[in-house]
Amino acid sequence: MDFKQLVFYFFATVLVFAASMVITVRNPVKAALFLVLAFFSAAGLWLLLQAEFLAIALVLVYVGAVMVLFLFVVMMLDINIARMREGFGEYLPIGGAVAILLVLEMAIVLNAERFGLKQMPDPGQLAADYSNTRELGRLLYTVYVYPFEIAAVILLVAIIAAIALTLRRRKDSKYQDPSRQINIDPRQRVRVVKMRSEKKI
Amino acid sequence: MIPLSHYLILGAILFSLSVVGIFLNRKNLVILLMAIELMLLAVNLNFIAFSHYLGDSAGQVFVFFILTVAAAESAIGLAILVVVFRNRQSINVEDLSSLKG
Repeated sequence: MDFKQLVFYFFATVLVFAASMVITVRNPVKAALFLVLAFFSAAGLWLLLQAEFLAIALVLVYVGAVMVLFLFVVMMLDINIARMREGFGEYLPIGGAVAILLVLEMAIVLNAERFGLKQMPDPGQLAADYSNTRELGRLLYTVYVYPFEIAAVILLVAIIAAIALTLRRRKDSKYQDPSRQINIDPRQRVRVVKMRSEKKI
Repeated sequence: MIPLSHYLILGAILFSLSVVGIFLNRKNLVILLMAIELMLLAVNLNFIAFSHYLGDSAGQVFVFFILTVAAAESAIGLAILVVVFRNRQSINVEDLSSLKG
């Protein structure tokens, strides 16, 4: 067993362990932290597959942004964990059966006979001056430039949607409305009252 | 030398684990969202494995797009979650029955 295989099996074991902890652990905060571990080990596997840019992007974007968002939301909400766990054991047998069936079915199709080293030989080491980032950038800005722009628009829509959904105006909060302040008519503020002056005593 | 089938079967295991997660945590919206993230991770692993073994970088571009869409999806999903919690004081899926579906 060479070093690459050792690294692969180590990261795969950690990945499967973390994934199974995500779905079984009681506390949602712990589940989020195990999901971080899962993303980290997946990034290690992607490095092994020479997808360096995406491995770093996974750590930066997913661990750095999305999982922090998850943790924020989980910690903001006051969740009744005991009620959430109702029916956990009830669905365990059927869920496990479905999972084992799924893995068996896929293992029948994806076994080493069809996708082994003979059919798909390892491409080996790339040239020393090969840059994964440059290659991805070349593809993104030439062949896939139109989908790339659409992806940017999707992110913009997501920002606006998330803000629009969670923004709320509280009725009891006091704030100034500048346009009303400017558009006010002086006569509404100052009233000139005509009255007779008082008599001399 | 690691054959491609190892990566594919690892992806299959990860995918079915997240399916079980959806079965087990049917009531907790947060864990449901996390299970969906795990599913997307499994799909991305398959994309990158094929991209490496076929020597075609287009698979990595697709992973890039999936990452983008998944980030947008989880941001909007969590925003909806916050709004639901604000209105119902709960994120239990069973409490979300006002549509009577």
